[in-house]
Amino acid sequence: MSIEVRDLSFRYGPRQALESVSFNLVAGQLNALLGPNGAGKSTLYALLTQLYAVQSGEILIAGEPISRQPRALKRALGVVFQQSTLDLDLSVLQNLEYHGALHGLSARDVRHRAQELLERMGLDDRLSDSIRSLNGGHRRRVEIARALLHQPSILLLDEATVGLDTAARQSINQHVRDLCRSRDLTVLWATHLIEEIAPHDPVLILHQGRIHADASAEEICTAHGVPTLADAFAQITAPQEVKACS
Amino acid sequence: MQLSPYTIAFTGILKREFLRFIHQRTRFLSALVRPLLWLVVFAAGFRAALGVSIIPPYQTYITYETYILPGLCCMILLFNGMQGALSMVYDREMGSMKVLLMSPLPRSWLLFCKLIAIALLSLAQVYAFIALGFLVDVEPPLIGLLTVLPALLLTAVMLGAIGLFLSARIRQLENFAGVMNFVIFPMFFLSSALYPLWKMRESSEWLYWVCSVNPFTHAVELVRFALYAELNLEALLITAGTTLVFTVLALLGFNPEQAAHSKGR
Repeated sequence: MSIEVRDLSFRYGPRQALESVSFNLVAGQLNALLGPNGAGKSTLYALLTQLYAVQSGEILIAGEPISRQPRALKRALGVVFQQSTLDLDLSVLQNLEYHGALHGLSARDVRHRAQELLERMGLDDRLSDSIRSLNGGHRRRVEIARALLHQPSILLLDEATVGLDTAARQSINQHVRDLCRSRDLTVLWATHLIEEIAPHDPVLILHQGRIHADASAEEICTAHGVPTLADAFAQITAPQEVKACS
Repeated sequence: MQLSPYTIAFTGILKREFLRFIHQRTRFLSALVRPLLWLVVFAAGFRAALGVSIIPPYQTYITYETYILPGLCCMILLFNGMQGALSMVYDREMGSMKVLLMSPLPRSWLLFCKLIAIALLSLAQVYAFIALGFLVDVEPPLIGLLTVLPALLLTAVMLGAIGLFLSARIRQLENFAGVMNFVIFPMFFLSSALYPLWKMRESSEWLYWVCSVNPFTHAVELVRFALYAELNLEALLITAGTTLVFTVLALLGFNPEQAAHSKGR
């Protein structure tokens, strides 16, 4: 299953946060959403997750606008937000049970699924530990496990590796790629860390509320005549930044 | 038996609130200090100044402490309701609310469950306070502890709904100090919580009028009568009507974008 976004615009009062954003996520792959801070990534996520109402444009899931089937999208989506949304005082299992209950899963089903998901992440012996006792990388893994608990077909991660060390970042990145392969999961991975993106990954570059590139990392490099995605990203975002500074 | 997703979600939300409550025992105890100060210190100082005649539901002369007990129970619900509702909207920049709102169940159901969960936990605080009241000889009839339960629950939901309704609309109320000054104190002091309304009428007719249209007054009276196993029908109708109106308005008007707009992201 995939998501199609058509001509999506959004403004906070007078400030335009997104302007005519259109793209298709490639199903079963890690789709990278690259953009500097303030590019509009979090606003896009808030619209995709229906926390904000669409002002203009359309979001379609399996070809149907979400306005006609808002609950279907929520069932199909797993989300890891930029800021942790775990309850620090509660245990790993209690956090998962809460999420499961909100998706209509009984505590028994949650326990069964949690065991399996956490085993894959090497955290199955931490079910009873409080979130507060876990390090940043492990907390993120719990959030990913939680997002997968109701077996969504699309996973949205908003800067999921911010604040983690390199080893933890790489490990989570690899884990999500494994999930794409093993579960045919479609992933939208928002980041401003270019090293997290592989050459064949579909990439969206969002800058100042607009999509400036929508192709694989390799194709973007070729189109801009530069050797690395970092160079292409700098080229796309730099002129605007110079203007902003002057 | 297969439970519906609505029931599972409700029990999940209730369980989470209960677990958080267990982890916040010190907050629970400190919240009891405020009404206890009123009951023990304020009432001791004021009982000489304020004579309370025999008024329903009381059958005899009562101490001032006895009079203000229902009002102080409602004060606990007032603080908790407002604080709970505000935290629902602004707590950790929508952190925990995002998890709630990602559920495929209707948003209004989720918020309603949350209001009920906050209300049920406030009741535990009220009962702890009433139990402490027995230590200072404020002893409502034991049957009253049972009959007051629905009145307290209705009041707690009403105050939570008013809090949610206000916090979604009035930007200045984002911090709790604003709520204290503009909502909690006026609601509390312009009610029958601390003094009977006939006393207020002796001082000022228009203050009496304001007190008598304050829904908190009717909630206090509903609790006062229920605590003595009596029904004050007028208070019940007004409290239930206010609860219904504000619950519908709060659920329909809830908008997570409000927080983002007010922060000017």
